[in-house]
Amino acid sequence: MESIAGIEIYPLISLSIFFTFFVLLFWWVITAKKDYINEVSNIPLDNQNPSEL
Amino acid sequence: MEVQQFHYDNKVVKNFLYATMFWGVVGMSVGLLLAFMFLFPNITDGIPWLSFGRLRPLHTNAVIFAFVGNAIFAGVYYSTQRLLKARMFNDVLSKINFWGWQAIIVGAAITLPLGYSTSKEYAELEWPFDIAIAVIWVVFGWNLIGTILKRRQRHLYVAIWFYIATFVTVAVLHIFNSLALPVSFGGMKSYSVYAGVQDALVQWWYGHNAVAFFLTTPFLGLMYYFVPKAANRPVYSYRLSIVHFWSLIFIYIWAGPHHLLYTALPSWAQNLGVAFSIMLLMPSWGGMINGLLTLRGAWDKVRTDPVLKFMVVAITGYGMATFEGPMLSLKSVNAMAHFTDWIIAHVHVGALAWNGFLTFGMIYYLVPKLFKTKLYSLALANLHFWIGTLGIIFYALPMYVAGFQQWAMWKQFNPDGTLVYGNFLETVTAIMPLYWMRAIGGTLYITGMLILVVNVIITIVKGNKVTDELAEAATLQRVSKRRAAGEGWHSWLERKPVKLTLLATVAILIGGIVQIIPTLLVKSNIPTIASVKPYTPLELEGRDLYIREGCVGCHSQMVRPFRNEVERYGEYSKAGEFVYDHPFLWGSKRTGPDLHRIGGKYSDNWHLNHMYDPQSTSSGSIMPSYKWLVRDALDKSQTEAKMKVMVTLGVPYTEEDITNAQQHMDAQGTKIEKNLYTDPDFAENYEADKDAEGDAFIEMRNREIVAVIAYLQRLGTDIKVKEQDVSTSKN
Repeated sequence: MESIAGIEIYPLISLSIFFTFFVLLFWWVITAKKDYINEVSNIPLDNQNPSEL
Repeated sequence: MEVQQFHYDNKVVKNFLYATMFWGVVGMSVGLLLAFMFLFPNITDGIPWLSFGRLRPLHTNAVIFAFVGNAIFAGVYYSTQRLLKARMFNDVLSKINFWGWQAIIVGAAITLPLGYSTSKEYAELEWPFDIAIAVIWVVFGWNLIGTILKRRQRHLYVAIWFYIATFVTVAVLHIFNSLALPVSFGGMKSYSVYAGVQDALVQWWYGHNAVAFFLTTPFLGLMYYFVPKAANRPVYSYRLSIVHFWSLIFIYIWAGPHHLLYTALPSWAQNLGVAFSIMLLMPSWGGMINGLLTLRGAWDKVRTDPVLKFMVVAITGYGMATFEGPMLSLKSVNAMAHFTDWIIAHVHVGALAWNGFLTFGMIYYLVPKLFKTKLYSLALANLHFWIGTLGIIFYALPMYVAGFQQWAMWKQFNPDGTLVYGNFLETVTAIMPLYWMRAIGGTLYITGMLILVVNVIITIVKGNKVTDELAEAATLQRVSKRRAAGEGWHSWLERKPVKLTLLATVAILIGGIVQIIPTLLVKSNIPTIASVKPYTPLELEGRDLYIREGCVGCHSQMVRPFRNEVERYGEYSKAGEFVYDHPFLWGSKRTGPDLHRIGGKYSDNWHLNHMYDPQSTSSGSIMPSYKWLVRDALDKSQTEAKMKVMVTLGVPYTEEDITNAQQHMDAQGTKIEKNLYTDPDFAENYEADKDAEGDAFIEMRNREIVAVIAYLQRLGTDIKVKEQDVSTSKN
């Protein structure tokens, strides 16, 4: 690689990949079911109950 | 559903806890000794292996990799087994992980004081250790992933993701930053494959992310496990923890260049680092808030439970350090703080509060659990808490003040355009009272640590000797199609460890690739300068002595393009000046002045006298004496081999240069010896020594000091603006 010409495409690709990823992540996080969230956040606390997950 | 019985491996957890406490005391004691060396620079006068430059990397490595490292393993081995409802994958791997790690630490504690150092911060260990670290780290990862695969809990709790990201990223960072060519396979010496600007970028991509993925992500995993356990309530928001995890690991990896602001690093890379550092505030504070709010409704317990007290101060310290970090990445703030004691304050808030206090909280939580007893003394634990907290304050506050004072004094101009404090030493003696207060703070903190050790030992003696803990859990059932039908993609990912690991790896690789590959490959980033030539053989040997003695711990070689620095040191540093520097030696702290333009500034005699007795040439200096450099013979047996390695790395030495290396060193050494004779005192003493020692006498031209002088006199002279040119331009 002799110069930086044409390099713009790399940051643009990276940006779009991560923008999409975080949009999907937020969408999933917001729509996740409350029961499920409660269950997983209790994993450290209930050591004896066999998990249903 | 079949319910299985199994034992948790507590033995390995206990061993790691003992190691944490032992190395904690060692690492902090070395730190305290260093703090006192600012006040009494010649406390260890004439003992090379107890000199400041060699002990500093021992302190940082012992605290980071021995104290915090063993704490990470203890916490990970304890929590992983319980979160996954499984014994560790393989007991032999657990043992190799433990004993291998301790062997590496012992090796480091021997070789760093002996001067075997690459000089790259937090990666000072030489190549045989780099290989050993990589092997033991893979053993740890293998054991961790093996346990994940045989788990009895389908869902991977957020702490486990942090452990996975830690394993993957530390492996990548360690391997790529440690790439080096050994001079010989029988010796310890190696040269970094990267040079100058590129070495600096790779080093701080590593250095910053060692903070991120060794001191932060594993501890966040521990926070997500131990804070809910100690408070006996679930994490404040599991949703937040998911966002926290992905955004933190993605953003952190880009922030490294903020360690190189206003240096010769291309400005696009500097600005990229700044932008991501500012963004980093959000995931960091998201994590801090999530940790603190886990205590909602349980704040009354914080009044009585020392475990929670330590954890609250730890998370608060994390919040302070991660607010300060992005602020320090702003170029204008960085221009003030960089190279000063402000940075020392910043890292110690992180180390003493976040890592130290979370470790202490974890130890006070685990020891009674592991020995099926109660903590021997709550009062002692509370005393430790208060003395430790005071220690942090007494350490950090004076260093903040010192940092501001250094910055203000360095840049103070007289109306006529000269520096008010033209002698760097004035800016050192002015902050001595603050160094005193820092040493007191450190003493308090280590006293607290010793109180913990006493309390824990008595608890263990009184406790129960049960090694393994019986538990039972159901085996995992196949996930039916019906159950997976309405599942979101992230909950699918949370039960797919391999895919989660791959995705996390992609997230951390992108930042590194985008920053590093263009800097390595695009030539226009580092404009070449025709007058920059490789070091002569003697200068190369001198540079290796500079590396051996750890001079880089107190002296930078990077003049930033500021009016006061150009006035004080000379022309600002250019990227093209460092193309033959394997490794780079820009440094990160100026306890003493910058040395990039030191060449030609003082006579050879001045350097000799200064190394022998710094206080004789610079009254009030806190530099220790380097008498052995003046006394000892220079080892020239490896010079040709070193030059050949440099040729492989792209330094244009010719065959002739290498063949004539010994002659060349002799000639350059003789020239310096002659220069030294111009001082009548030197001539008299030297001749007297020669007569007295007889055959055992080492000619000055063959001593180490001559190589060091050759190197120092060369520094920054390749493009030095000549006096003559200045006068011509004035006409």
